[in-house]
Amino acid sequence: MLELKEVSKSFRGPEGEVRALEAISLAVEAGELVVVHGPSGSGKTTLLLVAGGLLRPSGGEVLVEGCDPYRLGPNQRSALRAESVGFVFQQFHLIPYLDVLDNVRAPSVARPQPGAVDRARELVRRFSLEHRFHHVPAQLSTGERQRTALARAVLNRPKLILADEPTGNLDEENAAMVLDYLAEFADQGSAVLLVTHDAGAAGRAHRTFRLDEGKLAPTSPVPGGAAVHAGMNHPSPRKARDQ
Amino acid sequence: MRTGRLVIKEISYRKVGFVLGLVSIAVAAGCLVGALALLKAHDLRTQAIVERKEAETKVIMATLEDDMRKAMLKLGFNIVILPKEQSLGDWHADDYGSKYMPEEYVDTLAQSDIVTVRHLLPSLQQKVKWPERKRTIILVGTRGEVPELHRAPKKPLVEPVPAGTMVVGYELHQSLGLKAGDQVELLGRTFTVHKCHEERGSKDDITVWIPLDEAQDLLGKKGLINAILALECMCAWADVGQVREDIVRVLPETQVIELGSRALARAEARTRVGEEAAASLRREKALRAHLRGERERSASVLVAVVVVACGVWIAFLALANVRERRPEIGVLRALGFRSGQILFLFLSKAVLMGLVGGALGFLLGLFAGGRLAVGLEGAEPDAVTARALFDPAHIVLALALASCLSAVASWVPAMMAARQEPAEVLRQE
Repeated sequence: MLELKEVSKSFRGPEGEVRALEAISLAVEAGELVVVHGPSGSGKTTLLLVAGGLLRPSGGEVLVEGCDPYRLGPNQRSALRAESVGFVFQQFHLIPYLDVLDNVRAPSVARPQPGAVDRARELVRRFSLEHRFHHVPAQLSTGERQRTALARAVLNRPKLILADEPTGNLDEENAAMVLDYLAEFADQGSAVLLVTHDAGAAGRAHRTFRLDEGKLAPTSPVPGGAAVHAGMNHPSPRKARDQ
Repeated sequence: MRTGRLVIKEISYRKVGFVLGLVSIAVAAGCLVGALALLKAHDLRTQAIVERKEAETKVIMATLEDDMRKAMLKLGFNIVILPKEQSLGDWHADDYGSKYMPEEYVDTLAQSDIVTVRHLLPSLQQKVKWPERKRTIILVGTRGEVPELHRAPKKPLVEPVPAGTMVVGYELHQSLGLKAGDQVELLGRTFTVHKCHEERGSKDDITVWIPLDEAQDLLGKKGLINAILALECMCAWADVGQVREDIVRVLPETQVIELGSRALARAEARTRVGEEAAASLRREKALRAHLRGERERSASVLVAVVVVACGVWIAFLALANVRERRPEIGVLRALGFRSGQILFLFLSKAVLMGLVGGALGFLLGLFAGGRLAVGLEGAEPDAVTARALFDPAHIVLALALASCLSAVASWVPAMMAARQEPAEVLRQE
């Protein structure tokens, strides 16, 4: 579903070139929840933006469903994001002037689909937000905001979900709820790449990695989870489960 | 959900910015419409002034025409046609001719194609003794003006003397105590006094006018006359030489002399007054046109300055809006919005602002234009109502200008939004 091959990314800063990612290779298969840990500034957000077709890498190749978004034109790349990728952010990034239902429906403006309204209502109920249908983000709790963001991320049934510190601003209970939802998406066949500080995320992951100073390294496999590898040619959790 | 819903929701969320932009657009459109309304009020005022002046000129000209007719009547005819053999020395010395010509000459002349002469009066004049009253008088036989059959008839300057009557000059009726209706004997024939003339200070004061045929009988000049008096047409002041040529061409056995230059002078004066009135009208029109040109230039500068200032203000507002919405734009791009959709979000908001602001500006301009017209033009408030100043083209212009201004001013910020790299925003957040 998502494949990064020797991906690197560097930025020019006031003190010279900063290498945010160095020759990262990673494959996330459908039905797999991969967690990447790392300290602040380690390149986690950069990794997600590169993987989501939002930030062109300095080197290497990115494949989403076998297609390199950076070989596409801007509009085709936008269409690929609208169709295949769902983003969840630590800051939620809800549209402040739209109510919960419209926020969840927002991706349908980029990619109009029949039945988007019904799907949005269904998601709002599923995320236990039905009592907040017509509330704007400012009227929601942080947990409700993140659940709204999650509902928005999955409206178009994306095959890849990229979550950047989705539990960073949540209390323990809400954080656990969000992680459960992400694990559920993976169980339903989506590929989920989660970057987080949250240690609890590892318990739900099929594989875990640590990103430090732009370098990705596998950490211990989770008991009962799939084999955890950095790089390519590693079995996916689904494959592991199937075995 | 459609993009339009996003635009409307965003506007209702950030009302202050939208209202500020709206006011700016309304001011620009209002300024344009106000200037146009003011110019229209100026045109209406000019039209009223010109119409009033034209009416006044018409009245003046009609009065002058009437005065001229009266003056001509008093001053007499200014062309006299005499038999060719008549000595002008004798004619001037005696005040009448001693040679005669056939009466039908006047009919020949009346039926000719001469256009410079309008009024023809055949006469038989002779100084005679009035034995019954022991006076020497000038006896004039006249049959009234001969109509020119090939032209539209003109009101005659001289009415014919009715048969069996006479018209008496001032000195005669004063000294003889005559008045209208008196029976008078003249050369053995009885006449009734038809009219007594007022003093003219000329030989007319010792003249008696009787019908031509009776004068011919009394003087033994059957079918003869010794002068044809003529008056030129007011609208065809040809030179006398041309008139002479025309007449002699028709009546070769005659000669023409000019009289009554005072009539000519008055006619010329009247023409000059008419020309002066027309020139005054032209000057007024030119003055109003000049004034309009100045107002148009001032309005052009003012409108241009206001439009540019409003455009800059709208651009700043749009820029602030784009900066405020950076995270939102980043998220929308992450959700798959194309840059064209982002551009559309901002430009459709600008066009909407332009249309609403343009409509408000139109109403504002129409109202302000009317009020200013009263102050600047001195126009009557009733003459410059919104209904009078309303022009459908102005509302089209206001809406077009306002939406274009708003879109153009918002273009650069909208492009900045559309080209914004979502990753930059999301990484910063």
